[in-house]
Amino acid sequence: MLDIIGKRKWYFLISAMVIIPGLVAMGISFARWGTPFRLSIDFTSGSLLEVQFPEKVQPLQVREVVESQGIVDPSIQTVGDGSTVVIRTKPMEVEVKQAVESALQQRFGTLTEMRFETVGPSVGREVTQAATLAIIAGSLAILGFIVFAWRKVPNSMRYGVCATAATLHDILVTLGFFSIMSLLLGWEADALFLTALLTVVGFSVQDTIVVFDRIRENIPKRRGEAYELIVNRSLLETLHRSLATQLNAVFVMIAILLFGGATIKQFVAVLLVGMISGSYSSIFNAVPLLVVWEKGELANLFRPGRRQPAPTA
Amino acid sequence: MRTRDLRLLIGIIVVVVFSAWVAWPNNPGIHILGFNRDIELRQGLDLQGGMQVLLEADVPATQQVTRDQIDAARGIVENRVNGLGVTEPNVQVVGDRRILVELPGIKDPDEAVAAFKGTGLLEFIDTNGVYLKPGTEVKTTFGQPGAAQTGTTPSATAAQPTAAQAAPTTTAAASTATEPALTATPAAGGTPAAAAGSTPEAQGTATPAAQPTATPASEIVYKTVLTGKDLKNAGVQINPQTQEPNVTFEFNSDAAKTFADFTSANVGKYLAIVLDKKVISCPVINTAIPEGSGYIEGKFTLAEAKGLAVQLKYGALPIPLKVIERRTVGPTLGQDSVARSLRAGIIGLIIVLLFMLIYYRLPGVLADLALLTYAVVTIAIFKLVPVTLTLPGITGFLLSVGMAVDANILIFERMKEELRHGKSLGAAVEAGFDRAWTSIRDSNLSTLINCVILFWFGSQYGASAVKGFAVTLFLGVVVSMFTAITVTRTFMRATLAASGDSLREKHQLLGV
Repeated sequence: MLDIIGKRKWYFLISAMVIIPGLVAMGISFARWGTPFRLSIDFTSGSLLEVQFPEKVQPLQVREVVESQGIVDPSIQTVGDGSTVVIRTKPMEVEVKQAVESALQQRFGTLTEMRFETVGPSVGREVTQAATLAIIAGSLAILGFIVFAWRKVPNSMRYGVCATAATLHDILVTLGFFSIMSLLLGWEADALFLTALLTVVGFSVQDTIVVFDRIRENIPKRRGEAYELIVNRSLLETLHRSLATQLNAVFVMIAILLFGGATIKQFVAVLLVGMISGSYSSIFNAVPLLVVWEKGELANLFRPGRRQPAPTA
Repeated sequence: MRTRDLRLLIGIIVVVVFSAWVAWPNNPGIHILGFNRDIELRQGLDLQGGMQVLLEADVPATQQVTRDQIDAARGIVENRVNGLGVTEPNVQVVGDRRILVELPGIKDPDEAVAAFKGTGLLEFIDTNGVYLKPGTEVKTTFGQPGAAQTGTTPSATAAQPTAAQAAPTTTAAASTATEPALTATPAAGGTPAAAAGSTPEAQGTATPAAQPTATPASEIVYKTVLTGKDLKNAGVQINPQTQEPNVTFEFNSDAAKTFADFTSANVGKYLAIVLDKKVISCPVINTAIPEGSGYIEGKFTLAEAKGLAVQLKYGALPIPLKVIERRTVGPTLGQDSVARSLRAGIIGLIIVLLFMLIYYRLPGVLADLALLTYAVVTIAIFKLVPVTLTLPGITGFLLSVGMAVDANILIFERMKEELRHGKSLGAAVEAGFDRAWTSIRDSNLSTLINCVILFWFGSQYGASAVKGFAVTLFLGVVVSMFTAITVTRTFMRATLAASGDSLREKHQLLGV
């Protein structure tokens, strides 16, 4: 029988290696913007103007022109081959936008407006409030779901905590991934990012529940067998399902990522990363963590001086 | 095969055929006996291109906005929007003080925004006896917190010509148009209409030095006498004496009193008509107007008169509005997104179909049939509800394809295990469905709860992109419960019944 559980420390190490860079990125972002990654105008309010020029332009020069129109502290970012510029400002009136556009046109030649979005402060505030509520409601729903799913199992608390830990792992991986992309490519968290995150969390919990369900089923069947063995067996029994489901979802997501519309690529990328993390954490974190707990290794894992990485989840 | 299964099979086939007809791209719609219903896939603004604008009452937060006011404002905005020639615009009241405007396929979004903002506030202001040139921007007491009840007249106006002093028409305008005059309608018992040309004020041509346009209007806060809300009606009438078009108006009864008081106290002075703080006309008050109805005369062309009447009638927004959110998607980007999403969806679906076929063989074929059923039924539901498809919505739909096969995977894995444990084929199939049910139920239930939360979040207008995702994922999950379980099981039973014993020994067909 393939021994998955025996190598548990390695899985925690891999998780740590994925999560730590993300945490560093979040730290850098926090120092820079006060948030773990850049937030879009959905939350912060403001205007976003995306324009395309016939040739490459220098962000600094664009900034000069925009500022010459009386706009304070615009954020200028070139995308693609450098001929498309995304300008972010405080909420802009149409007249101001037109003035900016004609000034840019004079300086850099014919301009095509690709996108113009404005979110007023009141809307941004409301979306932020709603997002907070959605996060709270989502967390409560998932906790409630976990409690409900294990209400009749001995040590139900243990299963619940391990599932929650795996979910936190996925949240950290997803946030970290986004934060790195935010630093490297200027990705911004919008309402859809939050949607992706909540969806990922939901799927991750389901993955974990399927494996845990099998453990629950196998324990009475195999009395006398070591807990570690039962758990390993249950994992292998559900591995096919986990991989098959996972592969299907990954195929679909990759298809959208490669061939789908440009505007939802970030959304799909977050879903993809989160789902991979969700499958990984169910098999390689949540379940080994159960064994760690059962065998009382928890304290040792945290003990300094031993060559065992802490469970990061 | 049991008769119950046979009935189910027939039922499924009927549903699939009907759904396929509905989902067919060029569905002609239903037009039977006067019942008309077009069936088409509704595309969101991000797919067909267009603009979404959220307007909010631009009054202090403490000022109450009544339902009547916001409804009236909505109607006015809709009138203006219809004037833009957009197909299927959507104008709706959102919450207490907001109006959502959706304009699919709009060519010039900036012009459209200017049009709503131009639908602003109509006021009749006391000019303190000064003629205000049309186009002059003014400040008024309306909508300003703590504004004085009466207009203040800073010393600057002392230098301005008053109505009594000069004929304050602009030099440019004087040759073609004369200053308009405000007169009571004959029916209302006012003086018989005097042509604008006959009013002494309108005769002179002012020298450039005497032009009142130098008024530092921004410093003066004029008193708002009445607003557009007080107007009951406005129209155009040809004056029988002069054969010139006049703009008629009628105030409602409360306002008529105010109007009567003001006009009787200010004969010979001006009552400027101001739209969005910009003067559009500045007629002289010829007579007191006691009945609240009268007309404006002023050498209008018919088109000008009509324009003014429309502004009076439809521009009479009860409250000023401001743009608080705006999103624009260019039509090319939208069409590109449709094409790309369609391609991505088809590729994703084909990969999933192939995967199931290769991995699970015979049951995989049945799962694929169920999956196709799922796709057709879901698209038919999208068209019938109808669900507005957006890019996140398409993603939600594709994600639910993954959920749909997940249920089948859970069932088939169970089935294979039962077969390995030596159960007979029929028993293994039934056990697979029965024992996988809890897992399927739990995982789908949690997704549905998640969708409800996301739907609520997406109902916030800043986060409306989320809504499409929540709706399609929700519907997809519900349909997939039906197709992945009922449809697949019926197909399985039918196949088992049809194949008789031949299948029992060929476990490799089942991927075991």
